[in-house]
Amino acid sequence: MAELINLQILNRLLGWAGVDLPPSHLAGAVLAALVHGVILLGIVAVAAMFFIWAERKVAGRIQDRLGPTRVGGRFGWLQALADGIKLLSKEDVRPREADALLFRCAPYVSFAASFTAYLALPFSDGWVAQHINSAVFFILAVLGLEVFGVILAGYASGSKWSLFGAMRESAQVVSYEVPLGLCVVVPVFICGTMNLVTIGNMQTGWLTNWLVFHDPFTFAVFWVYFTCAIASVNRAPFDLAEAESELVAGFHTEYSGMRWCYFFMAEYGSMLLVSGLATILFFGGWHGPVPVFDMLGWSSMGGVLQYVAELAGAANFLIKAVVGVTVMIWVRWTLPRLRIDQVMTTCLKYCTPLAAVCFLGALGWQTGMFGLAAGPLWSPNQLMAVKQRGEYRESWVLKAEAAAAAEGSAAQAGRPAASGDRDEPDVSGETEPARSSATGAVGSPLSRKGGVG
Amino acid sequence: MASHLGDPRVVEFDVRTDEMLINMGPQHPSTHGVLRLALRTDGEIVSEATPHIGYLHRCAEKIGENLSHRQYIPYTDRMDYLAAMNMNLGWALVVEKLLKHEVPERGRHLRVLMAELNRIASHLVAMGTYGLDLGSFTPFLYAFRERERILDLFEEVCGARLTYSYITPGGATGDLTEGWLEKCEAFLDQLAPVIEEYHTLLTSNAVFIRRTAGIGVLSAEMAIDYGTSGPVLRGSGVDYDLRRDGDPWYTGLYRDYKYEVIVQKDGHYPKDRDYPPVPAEAVLGDSWHRFYVRMLEVVQSVELVRQAMERYRAAKGDCGAPLKLTQRLPKGEAYLETEAPRGQMGFFLVADGNAIPWRVRVRSSSFCNLSITHEVCRGCLIADVPAVIGSLDIVMGEIDR
Repeated sequence: MAELINLQILNRLLGWAGVDLPPSHLAGAVLAALVHGVILLGIVAVAAMFFIWAERKVAGRIQDRLGPTRVGGRFGWLQALADGIKLLSKEDVRPREADALLFRCAPYVSFAASFTAYLALPFSDGWVAQHINSAVFFILAVLGLEVFGVILAGYASGSKWSLFGAMRESAQVVSYEVPLGLCVVVPVFICGTMNLVTIGNMQTGWLTNWLVFHDPFTFAVFWVYFTCAIASVNRAPFDLAEAESELVAGFHTEYSGMRWCYFFMAEYGSMLLVSGLATILFFGGWHGPVPVFDMLGWSSMGGVLQYVAELAGAANFLIKAVVGVTVMIWVRWTLPRLRIDQVMTTCLKYCTPLAAVCFLGALGWQTGMFGLAAGPLWSPNQLMAVKQRGEYRESWVLKAEAAAAAEGSAAQAGRPAASGDRDEPDVSGETEPARSSATGAVGSPLSRKGGVG
Repeated sequence: MASHLGDPRVVEFDVRTDEMLINMGPQHPSTHGVLRLALRTDGEIVSEATPHIGYLHRCAEKIGENLSHRQYIPYTDRMDYLAAMNMNLGWALVVEKLLKHEVPERGRHLRVLMAELNRIASHLVAMGTYGLDLGSFTPFLYAFRERERILDLFEEVCGARLTYSYITPGGATGDLTEGWLEKCEAFLDQLAPVIEEYHTLLTSNAVFIRRTAGIGVLSAEMAIDYGTSGPVLRGSGVDYDLRRDGDPWYTGLYRDYKYEVIVQKDGHYPKDRDYPPVPAEAVLGDSWHRFYVRMLEVVQSVELVRQAMERYRAAKGDCGAPLKLTQRLPKGEAYLETEAPRGQMGFFLVADGNAIPWRVRVRSSSFCNLSITHEVCRGCLIADVPAVIGSLDIVMGEIDR
């Protein structure tokens, strides 16, 4: 598991620049955090702009027209940038009736929540800003905060239409959060971890190894997840909070210029986020359908080749996530909008039981239908797996296992406590049994401690 | 008596909700122009919807009393600006009725051709904007793609794309141009398969059905009581179409044409026309049926246009010259209603012997159709209000005049 950038790499870069920081120096940690933050902001903001452009192009194709064609060459590449500049130059209007503070900060709540969630989203094997063992939980929790920006905006605008938008949003959030959570739980318990990097790595190998093909229930639950994900990012047919034909513009009726733009950056950011999450949870994350780099051996080679493999993985991940976003765009320009009671019916009456059944079904599949069969039922995962799932565990499990193994071997074999020629601690725990048994001595507590290292 | 928290009255007071009065319009994306609806709502539930009109009032009737009958034609264009040909036709017919002036055979078929072509264009806009009202943007663009072809055809004939002033008392401002009929034929051939697309996008779309079926149900009795007309009336199952049941002066236009009134009789629409099938959720008189009647009328108008082209080709002579500007109108009055795309469009004309009418009054179909709003919107959700208003297909220019 390699990092896109970490303290060691940063220190090396700084070393080239002539600055020498000790590894645990606070400034180094802050610098690393800043670099991560800037990279993330850059990637997500560019992605949001790309999707705004893509939305207009895809909508154009669907509607039998061209979409943007002028700004930035033939395909209107720079349309989103031009839009951004236009929005920047607009007057920042605040209605007199609005609650000044809340009105001003609402877009930032949405924006910050949407972008913060990226902290825990890996783009490739280990390419994640912050390794969080409960990354799935973190993302869902932070994404849930995005809604507060919408509700806040609706409440603070001092407009009745905005208030309706906020009311609808809060009604919607209670209906989609439940099935969304249930859907996400399924891949989590199959993998036995909430660490997204580990979940991604567990799907190494051929595309049959992707969790969506694990069993019929995970396949079904993916569609439930996708439906709820569309609802969670307020996209048509679930865009009730803005519902331009009913509520003028819903929660952002009174917003203009950059503040309005922030809501949209948040929306497009979340779109990529939820489809990125779907990619990792169901579609193998950064693993392509054919494990080319595993076959070549590059993905565990270290050095530049591994870096190339990981870069290809990131491309893989982004392509899959962009396909997810494109489907969302496609849905938006095809379907009429549902009514609020129909959204709640869809989420609570259909999606929740469906997700619950899939949860139970997947659980049964894993346990051989609750112990009736000998082991887990057959799944396409066994077809062409490159590595066994069990080889991937969270870092703390690996550490504990290594420790236990070291302890076990130390207890079994020990080390020559009296001899001074082997004083370095044995981290790997791969002591040769033959030699250990030859020495036959019992390890001292001190050396055992060193073994844990 | 001191109140305490356990007192049920206190609790009741705490959870009491207020009704909210909100203005939908006159600047609102889905009120089709400048309609203003005063909604009284309890949360999302509308308890009262009162339409307020008059934001587009341009004194068209009064202007009619200061212009000669031919000069008034451009003002009729601007009443129902989506079906200007039908407006021209209504005015031309009422003037001709007063004058007892018959247009030549060829002119009659030309008028049917134009009126039905404009009906297609108007219903396409109705379909597209209804999609917009329900949050689906794409059908609108599709509808405009086809409407554009019709506008091109009109442009070739009269030079205008929206306000044609083409059909005038006495005939039309000009005959069809060379090769126009072939272009029209080509357009009709292209339109037929595209209607299927509209059906898949809207009519038979599950979400669309859920949004419109059973919403804004207008019973046949109520539809008649409120004087609704056109697809709104026929959507409620009332078999009434002025092209068949109207004034002889008007039905004479269609006297040898083959067509059926689009209305549900004994639970069925006319044969071979009920594609796609009526969903189980739909109730006669709801928004879905009003929309469906319009879609079927498009198909029917296509057939009428084909018939008109055939007869136009066969007819000899010219299509009638416009009356002179100073042509005096005989003393008397005339009233004539025509079946415009939105329903009965009536023109009332009183003349005192001058070329300038003494009185002009207009009976607007959208006006009556809109009047059912407060009846059918009671108790529905806010999201249903655009769904109902859109299914009425109002044009404010015609309501306010």
